[in-house]
Amino acid sequence: MTLLARTGSGEPPPSAPRPGRHRLLPYLLLLPGAAWLLIFFGVPLAQLAAASLYDPSGSLSTGYAMTWAFGNYPDVVQAYWPQFLRSFGYAGLALVLALLLGYPLAYAIAQKAGRWKNLLLVCVVAPMFTSFLVRTLAWKTILSDNGALVGLLRDVHLLAPDGRLLATPFAVVLGLTYNFLPFLVLPLYASLERLDPRLLEAATDLYASPAQAFRRVTLPLSMPGLVAGTLLFFIPASGDYINAELLGTPNEYMIGNVIDSAFLVRLDYPQGAALSFLLMAAILAVVFGYLRRAGTEEVL
Amino acid sequence: MTGMARETPAGDLRLANLTKRFGVFTAVDDLSLTIEQGSFFALLGASGCGKTTTLRMIAGLEEPTTGQVLLGDRDIARLRPYKRPVNTVFQSYALFPHLSIFENVAFGLRRRGIRSVDDEVTRMLSLVQLDGYGNRRPAQLSGGQQQRVALARALINRPQVLLLDEPLGALDLKLRRQMQIELKRIQIEVGITFVHVTHDQEEAMTMADTVAVMNAGRIEQLGAPADIYEFPATAFVANFLGQSNLLAGEATGAGGGDVAVTAHGTRFSVPAGRSRADHGPVHLGVRPEKLILVGSADQVPQGHQHVTGVVTDASYVGVSTQYLLRTGWGTEVSVFAANSGASERVPVGSEAVAYWDPRHAFLLPRDAADTDRTSPVLDEPVGAPS
Repeated sequence: MTLLARTGSGEPPPSAPRPGRHRLLPYLLLLPGAAWLLIFFGVPLAQLAAASLYDPSGSLSTGYAMTWAFGNYPDVVQAYWPQFLRSFGYAGLALVLALLLGYPLAYAIAQKAGRWKNLLLVCVVAPMFTSFLVRTLAWKTILSDNGALVGLLRDVHLLAPDGRLLATPFAVVLGLTYNFLPFLVLPLYASLERLDPRLLEAATDLYASPAQAFRRVTLPLSMPGLVAGTLLFFIPASGDYINAELLGTPNEYMIGNVIDSAFLVRLDYPQGAALSFLLMAAILAVVFGYLRRAGTEEVL
Repeated sequence: MTGMARETPAGDLRLANLTKRFGVFTAVDDLSLTIEQGSFFALLGASGCGKTTTLRMIAGLEEPTTGQVLLGDRDIARLRPYKRPVNTVFQSYALFPHLSIFENVAFGLRRRGIRSVDDEVTRMLSLVQLDGYGNRRPAQLSGGQQQRVALARALINRPQVLLLDEPLGALDLKLRRQMQIELKRIQIEVGITFVHVTHDQEEAMTMADTVAVMNAGRIEQLGAPADIYEFPATAFVANFLGQSNLLAGEATGAGGGDVAVTAHGTRFSVPAGRSRADHGPVHLGVRPEKLILVGSADQVPQGHQHVTGVVTDASYVGVSTQYLLRTGWGTEVSVFAANSGASERVPVGSEAVAYWDPRHAFLLPRDAADTDRTSPVLDEPVGAPS
């Protein structure tokens, strides 16, 4: 109002802009976030990169010397390639299981649940209300040798009398599947919820069998959610170490366990840092390869 | 209603005692009709009358509660939709948003395992005047263009029957008129049976060879547009298809080729050939454009019948002037006078006489409780003590 009044009294109109300020505004808005990212992500990342090149013969007590020891990388690959492979193998297997469980689930909630939709969504998210650690420990109890499940499986001879569930690759993959399932289901649900059922009617009207209608209409239209969901599942699952730690044995250890012990047990910082960078690079490679193959321009 | 004695050729679509119930609600009630191969058939009715449900049962998207859907001699009522030689143009078009226009049109051919689709798709796109649009996505097209893609996508499969579910409903008036002519042209060109569902009576009459007027899950009347319009079977049809003035009266019997009617103390007559009842309560119907408005009863020619009243409203709508004449017994009668320059306009408030040729009137049976009806429905109640 005062602005209008002043314009009326013959002062220069407010439309005469100060362009500098307008152009700077977006950057000013970005500044707090950028500062945060720089201090708490950029600097530690650089620190970690530096640590990965420290002299491997150093120790926490004697201190590390920067010797640009690029040899750390081939060394850790040679020492820990089985854990690397296992990480991606377990995460991949868990992803397949999660897709088999999660896609029908997301589809049912999005398209068929009617008034139960919100309740079912809450059920998907509800486990997240408790800690990741607590949930995994619960699985440890369920799968334990003295538990009811193992007893039952032994009784019906699905499991040998001395057979176990805990401390097997099965337990670790199961844990990964369970813990990261909601990250797959939620984006998938969001995509499938937007799917217009009339498009499926149109497809069946145009000679598509139910299987073809799924392949040609439902699947492509759920692709953005599918890609986002698989990434949100696979990335944390392949870097996870809690499941292998609690539900497996050193024979099931994934690369996350190795990094964990390098930093916290063996106190071998150069190795831990090099492994961390390799894991990051490997995940980025897998993700980019996947996105290229998935070929969804909506995602990238 | 239909020529039941006629042999049904291989391609006629017949609905036999078709019924669909949703819980206690009967959407389609024992519907039987024959749609000749190659005809343009319109199912006309207000929303909720069961016309779309009927269409969906023909398409296979809804299973009939009872009854048959016969194509030639084959009952397809329980066949899955993708096994029927029937395609649909959906009201929402339902184009696949992730596919190009080309792939949308090719969809049906590809699902049937046909490899070389290029020529056929190109030909179809040119039939609907969308040459060169093949690489675009549906979202990049206007409503009218999307409508034509939906049509091409269905037609390319050369179905025995093409179903159109209010396909022009989302278009603006001008485009709708244009597409009506276009659809009619394409139907004649491809010679496929078109079954068109619409609530727009003008659209149905413009395009269809045969119109079925549906009400509450049943067909009220079926026939050529002109036949239905000129001689409606029920009061519902008389007012749904165009407008009618319906005077409540009592038929007092036929004699000398005419049926005598007494309405509001005045005697009228209707030719027996245009009477659907000759005794008891009836509606005497005259279309507004069949009425001629003059200043006094002297000007009514010999052999014509008339009502007298006061002009209460005159709306000039370009091609015609639409008058409302309040009769002595309180009913308002609607009169359309063509603006041909042949007659002077009658001022509001003046006394006037509306007359008609008895051959343009029609007589319908009436429920005893039913009174006069005039359409359009007026804001003020049309009270008619009879």
